[in-house]
Amino acid sequence: MPPYTALIILLALTVLGYWLGRRRPAAFGRKYHSLPGYYGSYVAIWCVFPALALYCLWQLVEPGFIRSQVLATLPAELLELPEAELGLIYNDIRNLVEGNIVSGAPGEEIIAAASRYTALQRMSNLGIALAVLVAGLASSGWALRRVKPTLRARNKVERTLRMLLMAASTVAIFTTIGIFLSVLFEAIQFFQLVSPLEFLFGLSWSPQTAIRPDQVGSSGAFGAVPLFTGTLLISGLALLVAVPVGLLSAIYLSEYANARIRAIAKPMLEVLAGIPTVVYGYFAALTVGPLLRQFGEAFGLGVSSESALGAGLVMGIMIIPFVSSLSDDVINAVPQDLRDGSLALGATQSETIRQVLIPAALPGIVGGILLAASRAIGETMIVVMAAGLAANLTANPLEAVTTVTVQMVTLLIGDQEFDSAKTLAAFALGLLLFVTTLALNVVALRVVRRYREQYE
Amino acid sequence: MKSMDNGGLVFDGGGLNVTEGAKRAAGALIGNLRAYESSRLSNVIEEAHHTAGDYTAVNAIMRARNVDVFYGDNHAIKSVNLDVGANEVISLIGPSGCGKSTFIRCLNRMNDTIESARVEGEIVLDGENIYSREADVVLLRARVGMVFQKPNPFPKSVYDNVAYGPRIHGLAPDRQALDQIVQSSLERAGLWAEVKDRLHYPGTGLSGGQQQRLCIARAIAVGPEVILMDEPCSALDPIATAHIEDLIDELKKNFAIVIVTHSMQQARRVSQRTAYFHLGRLIEVGATSQVFSEPRRKLTEDYITGRFG
Repeated sequence: MPPYTALIILLALTVLGYWLGRRRPAAFGRKYHSLPGYYGSYVAIWCVFPALALYCLWQLVEPGFIRSQVLATLPAELLELPEAELGLIYNDIRNLVEGNIVSGAPGEEIIAAASRYTALQRMSNLGIALAVLVAGLASSGWALRRVKPTLRARNKVERTLRMLLMAASTVAIFTTIGIFLSVLFEAIQFFQLVSPLEFLFGLSWSPQTAIRPDQVGSSGAFGAVPLFTGTLLISGLALLVAVPVGLLSAIYLSEYANARIRAIAKPMLEVLAGIPTVVYGYFAALTVGPLLRQFGEAFGLGVSSESALGAGLVMGIMIIPFVSSLSDDVINAVPQDLRDGSLALGATQSETIRQVLIPAALPGIVGGILLAASRAIGETMIVVMAAGLAANLTANPLEAVTTVTVQMVTLLIGDQEFDSAKTLAAFALGLLLFVTTLALNVVALRVVRRYREQYE
Repeated sequence: MKSMDNGGLVFDGGGLNVTEGAKRAAGALIGNLRAYESSRLSNVIEEAHHTAGDYTAVNAIMRARNVDVFYGDNHAIKSVNLDVGANEVISLIGPSGCGKSTFIRCLNRMNDTIESARVEGEIVLDGENIYSREADVVLLRARVGMVFQKPNPFPKSVYDNVAYGPRIHGLAPDRQALDQIVQSSLERAGLWAEVKDRLHYPGTGLSGGQQQRLCIARAIAVGPEVILMDEPCSALDPIATAHIEDLIDELKKNFAIVIVTHSMQQARRVSQRTAYFHLGRLIEVGATSQVFSEPRRKLTEDYITGRFG
């Protein structure tokens, strides 16, 4: 009996409960508070939730319970072993049951334990199926008995729905908290190896840890400043391209373009956001980079073929749609009244846009820019391919730089031990990036609240 | 069963097909109605080819001649002639869709903002056709201000709302002069006493009637010669309406005012001349007292006595 039998039983019970609950009012033929469907839903809700809670609880408890039972069958000398080795043995047992590769030839006691494991598993599946059946029957039977003309099933179903919606909306919040915590704990480990001061203010980045003590350059340097200036430089360049181009094209599309041009141009602009970043990456590396170098040579400037400028420009093109599409929508949403009011006072179209529409649409525009900025800060592929890996501390856009995200990737690829400063540094960088973008969002929200001109 | 063709009445003989009888009766009724309608319409159209009453004004500041407006294929205004006299209030009345709002929007070329709109004929302000090639729309709108149906203050402070026009037209050389313009405009719009302590709060926080007076102050601040009002009181309560009507009376000392209204009482109260529009034509125009007491046209009479519209 597979473990999901219990769920199938529950589903069948729920359908049955709904059907019975629905039929119940008709059986009496009196005036009921709610429509029959609500009584059906009421019974179904009572059938499914308690049993489902029981099922989840069982699933949480079951592995630990089975493990303790299985290990108890092992001979005493094996139980003396340290926790880690015991874990290996237990893994062997499970592998044997599931038909995976087992280390070495399984001994007598392992085979015995494995058959015990199988038996326990079977019993547990049967148990939960029975438990769900009983719980579902009991709770839906109770709910069915409560179905009376005076029962306000409609309101109760409404309340359940509201709780369901609330639960759905908290999923994203808890995920964010979870991500933050997982990064935080790894970062704390890193800060036990490297001082936070060095990490935050150190000017050199060379995340090498020695394998042999006599290795050259074994010291390792974990100063994150060059990475953050690199990120800042490239994102800044990208925004320098995307904000003016995006905003101006949004204004053109929403205020000047006729319906036909708009219908063609807007989707085409949005296509830019759909191009994979790898494609942007090689466009930057193979086309824009060399072009910039040749262009620089013509003016006697030394432009390295992997430069912040090339990556920034291409990234700017990539994030134009975030700015333009959102700005276009919010400018369009400003009531026609305000346009008419301004035009009727003898303002020109561009005066109207500058002084009435943009201030009124500011929150949306800033929202679009923020979204674009967070895309730029988090972007990795273009930078890997077009800006290089060298952690230079420079403000010169013609040189190669690297960014936080690129370093995080290079730290974590390949065979790595997960307790060295080198790999843990990735989590510290992640934490810092997380905090930075959060701060950016908060500041931007403040600014918008201060300057927005709220209509309606 | 027999059915009387002319009367459309049905005598239902027992056991005969009722629905068929009803159908025939309905058909006859519709036919009669159509005939009546078309004869009435042709009368109307013939009658309305020229406007009854004198469409000129003694001291005309704007003259509209043979104005036609099209929205795509829809002929919304049909050869309208009308003068707007200095220091007078002229009200435009008529049933919904008769073209009075379209006409008023021709006077400051607000119809330009509608892509499909086309205006023919000429409208002269100070000897110049505002639809000529050389005409400057931006300056025209500064000289012919407009107040809309729904109050539409900008989401800026009260002060900035009024200062908006003077700023873009460069009317105030310095801050003091601007303060002066803002104060006098608000005073003339009868709003100063209520807002002088909250000049820097959002104009959108005022009540509906105050917002509409703010919009009037905003229009006055640019120093226009004509103010167009497109049903300025239709979104306001009776007290705010009375306020605005008093204000209109006061403003006519300095401005020519064209007001579109659905309220005949309002037209009677505030205007010196009244123009009645029907289906895109100007049916009748004359002194307000004359139009309401002894209308020249049957259509006008039907409308002002509330027989339709």
